[in-house]
Amino acid sequence: MEQTHAADHPKFLQHHFVNAEQQSEASKFGLWIFLLTEILLFGGLFCAYAIYRAWHPDVFYNAHRYLDVTMGATNTAVLIFSSLTVALSIRSIQLDKPKQTVIYLAITILCAATFMVIKYFEYSHKFHLGLLPGKFYTFQGIEGSNPHVFFSIYFMMTGLHGLHVLGGMFFLGWVMYKTIKGAYSSAYYTPVELGGLYWHLVDLIWIYLFPLLYLIG
Amino acid sequence: MIAIPEKNFLNEPRGLKSWLVTYDHKRIGLMYFFGIMFFFMLGGIFAMLLRLELFNPGKDFIEADTYNQFFTLHGAIMIFLFIIPSIPAALGNIILPLQLGAKDVAFPKLNLASWYLYVIGAMFFIASLVAGAADTGWTFYTPYSIQTSTAVIMTGTGVFILGFSSIFTGLNFIVTIHKLRAPGLTWFKLPLFVWGLYATAIIQVLATPVIGITLVLLILERVAGIGIFDPALGGDPVLFQHFFWFYSHPAVYIMILPGMGIISELISVHATRKIFGYKPIAYSSLGIALISFLVWGHHMFTSGQSVFAAMVFSFLTFFVGIPSGIKVFNWVATLYKGSIRFTTPMLYALSFLILFSIGGFTGIVLGTLSIDVHLHDTYFVVAHFHYVMMGGTVIALLGGIHHWWPKIWGRMYNETIAKITCGIIFVGFNITFFNQFIIGAKGMPRRYYDYSEAFHFNHAFSSIGAWLLGLGFVIMAIYLVHSIFKGKPAGDNPWGGLSLEWETTSPPDPHNFHSIPVVEHGPYDYDKIIPKSAYQDELEKAKATA
Repeated sequence: MEQTHAADHPKFLQHHFVNAEQQSEASKFGLWIFLLTEILLFGGLFCAYAIYRAWHPDVFYNAHRYLDVTMGATNTAVLIFSSLTVALSIRSIQLDKPKQTVIYLAITILCAATFMVIKYFEYSHKFHLGLLPGKFYTFQGIEGSNPHVFFSIYFMMTGLHGLHVLGGMFFLGWVMYKTIKGAYSSAYYTPVELGGLYWHLVDLIWIYLFPLLYLIG
Repeated sequence: MIAIPEKNFLNEPRGLKSWLVTYDHKRIGLMYFFGIMFFFMLGGIFAMLLRLELFNPGKDFIEADTYNQFFTLHGAIMIFLFIIPSIPAALGNIILPLQLGAKDVAFPKLNLASWYLYVIGAMFFIASLVAGAADTGWTFYTPYSIQTSTAVIMTGTGVFILGFSSIFTGLNFIVTIHKLRAPGLTWFKLPLFVWGLYATAIIQVLATPVIGITLVLLILERVAGIGIFDPALGGDPVLFQHFFWFYSHPAVYIMILPGMGIISELISVHATRKIFGYKPIAYSSLGIALISFLVWGHHMFTSGQSVFAAMVFSFLTFFVGIPSGIKVFNWVATLYKGSIRFTTPMLYALSFLILFSIGGFTGIVLGTLSIDVHLHDTYFVVAHFHYVMMGGTVIALLGGIHHWWPKIWGRMYNETIAKITCGIIFVGFNITFFNQFIIGAKGMPRRYYDYSEAFHFNHAFSSIGAWLLGLGFVIMAIYLVHSIFKGKPAGDNPWGGLSLEWETTSPPDPHNFHSIPVVEHGPYDYDKIIPKSAYQDELEKAKATA
């Protein structure tokens, strides 16, 4: 038993798995469950959004006009493009082209950085006007009661999403580093695939955030 | 003479560092076990102090504010640091891969990470003891949790981190059960403990992120006044309660479901009887997991949710009784015509049947909208959840510990002392909590520092019961620790179990099994095979002399 086990035991296969297929299926299944927990984590905020928007539709309408639709739309395009490149990176490694994989991953990380830079400009504009969450809110131009709640929700949702973008950059950066080191090939590329799955979820959440926050009314 | 294997997971490899960086699920489970037992003791000490203060009305030895901090600590420690990780992360971690015939859980590194997160979360709790522990109750209800000067942020951060520890365990278990079963181990040949852990893991994964985001919002509410929960800033405190109970009610089933799984094992093995209604028990675990997400509003009948919502939640709450009842009936039916052995684990299983039934029925009483308006926030509620959580989960945990102790350590505790201790705990528990139903129905509010002279006798009675209960745990700690060093070797299969964990050595090999086990029979096929066990030999001898 032990001998046959040792004989066909590639380096990447952990000792408690029978074969590579079992290992990769387990990893992917685990990541899908993780994505489910992410959706529920954001779910609390989506729920808060739905309740406050239902209670104060006017305030939400008035407040959303201070968000920059052009910047938001640009960011949406950037993220959707990065979803394509991350998918292409998986395709490349399946075809045993690690150099292409590295290039596609680099483009993806660059897109993520672009997203964060645009977000930085959006945030600093809001900070400047005093459109801040909760008790730090000082802006005077929005009609209706408690417009600061809209900005609380805006900053929490986009902030949590931004943290996920940063997390994705680190994750994909690590995958890129390992690819450069030659760790992956068509025989074993599970981490590339996991990175792609995670990155698609980050994009998907933004695709919901953009219309909900920027395109009210 | 039965020998203990020279090399086993306890001594191979040696050294403290080999434990701290281990990926072995059995070692991680044991480290969890010591962690939860430490916090069970700490939470228990707070309980003893509370009962001491409540012995007489008025002030005995602590101030009212300190009392508020103590009951918060008791609740928060017992819930987040003891009972939620107790069965899954400690016993489940050790036993689950063994029962599956696997070498480890699917993600051993994540498993170790989960333990470290548990330790970090626990440190936040310990730090909050120094920094002025929270006095909000374990529920952190707004707006008080926004106003109090105590360390709500620190405790909240601790709970947030513990949540991730719990999610990682759940995620690991789901994947392990799906992907790492031994050849031939189909879903309906799984031991029912595995089904219990599976249902638990689903809730852990789906509900825990919601408490995570809720605590983030609470902390931000305190730091930045974001106005989501604070009515002064246009927020809604009832929304906090919805968010909180959307996690915390399913969490109640995170606590009880693995306990139910243990009871299925104990009853079948110690009655040497094929489990009655395997599939209904398995499916009812999933049924409870499903219904658990639909009943959170029954905590808020008097909090200002709409009457219609309250009616719906009350109606749905009754449904929880159905799968729970299915389980209890099946366990009792399993006992019927079984060869019941009154071993320590069996005594705990029988205690569970009695105490859980009382706890379950009083839950139906509390779920009834009109009655709850009277009983809400009284000692009746306190008695109810202690019957379910302590009389249910903790008793099941103790039964499980006594059942698998010889497997984990390879040595047996003193059964006579263990049985007497079980009796002390059973009696002590009932003295403490049964009369709390009565004073609760008479109107004694929970969480109060002071009370009317009319309740003096009952409170003193409860306090005496609590000390008896505490005494039981002290004795248990002594004989269990003693058995680790001096207990007589137990053998691979002391109880005559048929599931896979009994096929390896006690204590198991670092790799669990010397070769991948092949499953030839179900875990409860006592109608086909009677395995050899020390007890079986005794039974045969007894029959021969009769």
